[in-house]
Amino acid sequence: MSIADKVEVRLRVNGEDTAIMVLPYKTLLEVLREDLGLTGTKHGCELGECSTCGVLVDGKPFLSCLAMPLDLEGREVTTIEGMARGREPHPLQVAFAELGAAQCGYCTPAMLLTAKALLDREPRPSREMIKQALSGVLCRCTGYLKIFEAVELAASRGSDG
Amino acid sequence: MAEAFSVVGKSLTKPDAYAKVSGQTKFADDLSLPRMLFGRILRSPYPHARVLRVDTSAARELPGVLAVLTGDDLPVKFGILPVSQDEEALAREKVRYVGDPIAAVAATDEWIADEALGLIDVQFTELPHAMSIQEALAAQGEPIHGSSNVHKAVALEFGDTDAAMRVAEYVREDTVFFEGNTHLPMEQHAAVAQYAADGKLTLWTSSQTPHYVHRALGKVLELPMSRIRVIATPNGGGFGGKSDIFSHELVAAKFAMATGRPVKITLTREEVFYAHRGRHPVLMKVKTGFTRGGRITAMQFQSFLDGGGYGSYGVASTYYTGALQATTYAIPRYRFEAVRLFTNKPPCGPKRGHGTPQPRFALEIHFDKAAEELGVDPVELRRRNLPAPDSRTVNWLRITSCGLEDCINKVVDGSGFLRRRTSMPKGRGLGFAVSSYLSGAGTAIYWNDMPHSEVQLKLDRNGGVLLLCGAIDIGQGSDHILAAIVAEVLGVALDDIQLSTGDTDLTPIDLGSYSSRVTFMAGNAAKAAAESVRDRLFRAVANALHCDAADLTARDHRIYRSDRPADGLTFAQAVQRAEAQGGVVTGSGSYTPPNLAGPYKGSGVGPSPAYSYSAAVVEVDCDLKTGEVKVPEVWIAHDVGRAINPMLVIGQVEGSVYMALGEALMEEQTFRLGLHKFPSLLEYKSPTALEAPVMHTYLVETIDREGPFGAKEAGQGPLLPVIPAVANAVYDALRIRIDEIPITPEKVLKALNERDKRVGPKSVPTFSFPPLIKAEVPEEWKGK
Repeated sequence: MSIADKVEVRLRVNGEDTAIMVLPYKTLLEVLREDLGLTGTKHGCELGECSTCGVLVDGKPFLSCLAMPLDLEGREVTTIEGMARGREPHPLQVAFAELGAAQCGYCTPAMLLTAKALLDREPRPSREMIKQALSGVLCRCTGYLKIFEAVELAASRGSDG
Repeated sequence: MAEAFSVVGKSLTKPDAYAKVSGQTKFADDLSLPRMLFGRILRSPYPHARVLRVDTSAARELPGVLAVLTGDDLPVKFGILPVSQDEEALAREKVRYVGDPIAAVAATDEWIADEALGLIDVQFTELPHAMSIQEALAAQGEPIHGSSNVHKAVALEFGDTDAAMRVAEYVREDTVFFEGNTHLPMEQHAAVAQYAADGKLTLWTSSQTPHYVHRALGKVLELPMSRIRVIATPNGGGFGGKSDIFSHELVAAKFAMATGRPVKITLTREEVFYAHRGRHPVLMKVKTGFTRGGRITAMQFQSFLDGGGYGSYGVASTYYTGALQATTYAIPRYRFEAVRLFTNKPPCGPKRGHGTPQPRFALEIHFDKAAEELGVDPVELRRRNLPAPDSRTVNWLRITSCGLEDCINKVVDGSGFLRRRTSMPKGRGLGFAVSSYLSGAGTAIYWNDMPHSEVQLKLDRNGGVLLLCGAIDIGQGSDHILAAIVAEVLGVALDDIQLSTGDTDLTPIDLGSYSSRVTFMAGNAAKAAAESVRDRLFRAVANALHCDAADLTARDHRIYRSDRPADGLTFAQAVQRAEAQGGVVTGSGSYTPPNLAGPYKGSGVGPSPAYSYSAAVVEVDCDLKTGEVKVPEVWIAHDVGRAINPMLVIGQVEGSVYMALGEALMEEQTFRLGLHKFPSLLEYKSPTALEAPVMHTYLVETIDREGPFGAKEAGQGPLLPVIPAVANAVYDALRIRIDEIPITPEKVLKALNERDKRVGPKSVPTFSFPPLIKAEVPEEWKGK
């Protein structure tokens, strides 16, 4: 693969502007993981079925396995690596850790970001709203209950810290 | 008065929690090494075919392709069980299921590797395929292996069951089917191999069983194990699906050796469905004799397992379909016959509950029906047949602690089962079931007399503790359990413990994260290691304080005189004292389960140093128009011995309930024309957040005398009662019997329209089981 096949992409990821040369057919998931070293975003199916690869684009849940980076120029991409404020974990991260809401941890980045998008628009969601918001992200470990409880705990503490 | 424990029994945050919530946990596919190549595997498009020729010449010429492998490059056969060495990393002569690996390419990127796969020309001759138990038994055309599709047939009898049936006052027989399903871990299997210039091979792999992968690599690659290092990466979900030896692990290693460059192979989601090793489809017939009062007099159980294309754990799975009937109920006479058949599907193996959810389903709906005909409520029928603590079953399984009665009381009282189930509106119902499970298999996969788990500790001068153990965290929290046990014994905090796990170079053996064995076995090894280190520290402190080591306590980062707590040293000072006197402070501990196998052939599967117990009540809400079954609420009680961390135990229980509901209502691995019907996450239905019921979890603590701090297993047992409880609840709601898993809307509607209000198998095939091995009955069951 020669450099001539690559195109320049300007992305804003976790508040940092970056310009990289990438193969134009690479998905956002691949570019995040392979070109930007942000391996917190995970492969699950690469077909848009499981949301394991979920990130936020302009604050909204977005499937990175179906997104092309060139389409996202000028938009704000947030990955799990951008969820903490410096060294201070986001209240959702603390609540997930404290309540055992991350078992294997593989769906956790997408689950957390999806929950953050919910709390950002609805600071005190009902259990039903949490279920609806997270219903696209598959988790095979927890049975979801600890995740719901962690979102509620974070909400009760105030998600913007 | 101080609490008995400072770490054990507390719902503390587990050591790997913050790595996981920050995305910093490195799973196998997250690893990247300089000059790394990417491997892809060509898989069979046919369920059963001879491989005549594999022409890789065009693929080798594609720019960017560094190496191509075929079966001839890896000719040594392997398999997880010594008795089933029937797999090849890449098939040489024959493929046995759609997805069976044939050839592989390593290239500079995955796209080139994929393109190269398309250039490999394979000539096949298709063979007739068998996709079910019945087709495998009909055996048309060439058998899948050897001279018959029968992989394993067993027949055991404990006492004269026919005689006991004849004197029974009520005999009931049921035929039941449990469809296969798969683990569906969110992380696809991945492996990275590196062959360094010094001739050492390292494999990072998402495996539950690095020790067994280590052995298989040595065998297949024909390398001494001392030149191979296997590092198990944290598993992004296992559930049994990563406890076998997989083609991509061997192929990645061979590629690294062939090219001298690191090689990564990550399976696609579709390939994960072909890797499988999941739940066996099992057809079962259960016959039980009772007294009029509802006491069991005898049981006869038959299982037919649909094994898929290879042996895998199948011999063990076969025995497991008959092993734990008698740990849950006091059965005086027992016969078990089973046969596992090869079929042209991905190989089945161990999924959460390994071989026991299927017979548990059969048994618990069978008992529900028996209770109704005997005129006793289903709870009372169980109560009349409880196993006793500190007893032995008729098939020689030793029971230590048993909290089944407590479990039953908790869920029956909590749900109001007896009161509510008679007064629910049509379409709503309650179902009840019970179960038991192993706290670790009592025998290793390969015969040896060495420990099953080993832990080493190394203390540093500031009081830090390095804990080394071959166990691997697959999300169940094993890192926490090991650290908590060591912290408790040494009187330090969880975050004083650094863990290094699952690394065959650095860590002593643990057989793996399977059979619900880690808390019990590695936990006991950790406790022994910590006690050995503590003894040394106590000697050093006793010397300093001029007291007896037996009078010391380790707690709150101090070692002090139990009767005069002010007299003591800090933990770090104690380490320094001990190190000054005797050099580096290390200690090790091992756990070998007692020899519990009974005096008969086949007694190696089923024994465990302790059994967990569970009971469940499930509420269903059925839609009479669509046939859809919803589960709004579940009550589950689990006898865990002691909860080292109640929050993590509840997490295991809730996850088990979730997985059980998926199996009960929607998950199935089924095939059409030899092809997997649903090899994707969209089509393979699994429960989402919307299906999550309200769960009431009750932990029962029986403090097992042999478990670490009394602990038993929690990761698998709680799945078992939930599936039959759903089926029994559907009967309570609609008076229909779905004797077949999963309970889909189609089956519900069909049953509503059937005259006998039932969907399920009518009979089992005719099969000549081998002559019964008539085992002696333990003393306590003689004459009963």
